[in-house]
Amino acid sequence: MCGIVGLFLKDKSLEPKLGDMLTNMLITMTDRGPDSAGIAIYGEESEGKAKLTVQSDTPDAAFHKLDYALRDAVKGKVSMTLKDTHAVLEINADQMATARAFLNENHPDLRLMSRGGSLEIFKEVGLPKNVAERFNVRKMSGSHGIGHTRMATESAVTTMGAHPFNTGDDQCLVHNGSLSNHNSLRRKLRRLGVHIETENDTEVGAAYLTWKMQTGSTLGEALQSSLDDLDGFFTFLVGTKDGFGVVRDPIACKPAVMAETDQYVAFGSEYRALVNLPGIEDARVWEPEPATVYFWSHDTAPTEQEKAA
Amino acid sequence: MQSFDLEAQGLRALNKTLHKQAEDTNQTVWEIINPKGSHAIAVGLDAPIEVNVKGSTGYYCGGMNKQATVHVHGSAGPGTGENIMSGKIVIEGDASQYLGATGHGGMIVVKGNASSRCGISMKGVNIVVQGNIGHMAAFMGQSGNLVVCGDAGDALGDSCYEARFFVRGTVKSLGADCEKKEMRPEHIEILQELLDEAGIDAHPSEFTRYGSARNLYNFDVDNAGAY
Repeated sequence: MCGIVGLFLKDKSLEPKLGDMLTNMLITMTDRGPDSAGIAIYGEESEGKAKLTVQSDTPDAAFHKLDYALRDAVKGKVSMTLKDTHAVLEINADQMATARAFLNENHPDLRLMSRGGSLEIFKEVGLPKNVAERFNVRKMSGSHGIGHTRMATESAVTTMGAHPFNTGDDQCLVHNGSLSNHNSLRRKLRRLGVHIETENDTEVGAAYLTWKMQTGSTLGEALQSSLDDLDGFFTFLVGTKDGFGVVRDPIACKPAVMAETDQYVAFGSEYRALVNLPGIEDARVWEPEPATVYFWSHDTAPTEQEKAA
Repeated sequence: MQSFDLEAQGLRALNKTLHKQAEDTNQTVWEIINPKGSHAIAVGLDAPIEVNVKGSTGYYCGGMNKQATVHVHGSAGPGTGENIMSGKIVIEGDASQYLGATGHGGMIVVKGNASSRCGISMKGVNIVVQGNIGHMAAFMGQSGNLVVCGDAGDALGDSCYEARFFVRGTVKSLGADCEKKEMRPEHIEILQELLDEAGIDAHPSEFTRYGSARNLYNFDVDNAGAY
C-alpha cells in the first residue's frame, strides 16, 4: 500500500506552518503505511552553504564531536544540528565533495539521508505520528515538502527502506506501488557503477533517476523515460529545489489526488489527507492522469506532459 | 430530516443507524455532514431512504447499495457504488477509479468525470457520466449500460460481453473485441430513458453505441498459437 503526501506553497505566509500541515497529512495516511515514515523538507537556504543530513542507529556515539572532526577535514566552518537519530551538517557548498569523502572514509556507519542547499530528509521505522514527533516536524518551516508512510511489500522494514530517497542534490523521491523489474534493473545499474545499498525496489527507482540525470537527462526527461524502463505499479512524487513533480504508471492503480488553490498545490494518496488544508472546500481537486508528468515550480509556470501509454 | 455528523459520531455508528432503517421507516431523508473523505460511507444500505453526503467521500461509498438513494455533494473516491444491486447513487463532482465495479443493478450518475476502470465487470448496473471517463472502462462488462456524455479513454469495453456503451464524444481506443455498433430505434429509446432517469439533458442521436464483437465468446483454433 503506502501513503504519499506533498505540499507546495505559493503563499509565503504559510511557510512557517509547512511542517505542521505536512504532519497532519502524514498522520492521516497512517493506515496506508504504519511501519515507517519519512519527510523531505525544503527549508531555508543560506548563501554559499550546503547541507548533509546523516543518520545513525547510535547517534550519541556517532555524532559526538562529528562537527569538529569534519571542520578539521574540510578546513572550513561546519555547524551541526541534532534531531534524534539524524544530524544536519551545514558546510560551505564548495566543500561538499571533500566532506562526503571524509564521511565515507572515516564514518562508514553513517547513512547519508540527503544532500543539497535546502533539502533535509528525516525518516525512521515506526508509526508516522511517532516519527514526526521524534524529528519535531511540526516546527519545521519551508517552501515545500513531501512525506511518505510505508507498508512494506518488497523488502525489509528498515530505516534505509523508508522513503523519501535522495536522488541528487536537493532531489528526492517517494513511491507508492511496487516495481517488478527492480532486480534486473539493479544488476544493470550496478554494472554501470551506480551505488545501490539495499534490496529495496524504490531505491532502484531512485538510483535509476539519478543515473539518468547524471548521464544528461533533465528530471522531466528522466521521469518520462521511467515510464518505459520501470515495470510495475508506481505513483511517484519527486521533490526538487524549486518544486515538485508527479508521475503515475500507465495502469494507474495506485491512487492519487491533487488540490490546487491560490495558496498551495497539495498531493495526497487519498482526499482524506487533504481535508484539513485551508480553503480545501473551494480548491480545484482532481486526479492526475496516468502516464503524464506534472511539475509545479516556484520559478516557472506549471507543466503537464502527456506520454502515450 | 435526520442529520448525522460523521466526524463526531463515527463511521460504525453511521452505518449501523442506516442499516437499522426498515422498509417502512419514516426517517426517509438523511444528511451526513463532515464526511472528510472517509471510507465506506453508507455501504450496504437496504431501505428506500435518501442519504445526502455533504462533501467528498473516500473508498467504497454506497457499496452494495439496495433501494437507497445516495447523493454525494462532492467528489467520490475509488470503488464508489461497488457491487450496487439497486437504488441510485448521484455524485455531484468527479468519481475515482473503478466506479460501480461489478454492479448488478440500479443507477450511478456522475456529474463530473469518472476516472479509470469505470464500470469494470458491470453486471446490470446503469452508469451515466456527464463528463469524461478514463481508460479500461467496462472491462469484461457483462450487462447494463454505460453512458458517457464526454469522451472515453483507452481500451473501452475490453473483453466485454453484453453490456452496452453509449459515448457522445471521442473514444481514445477500443479494447479487444469491442466494436462500434448501429444505433437502432430501440437503442435511442433505451438511451433516452437512461438520460431522463439521470436528469441529464442530451440528445440520444448524438451518441455512438459500442458493444461486444462476440469474437472472444468461443475458442478459435486459429488462435491456439497465441497461448
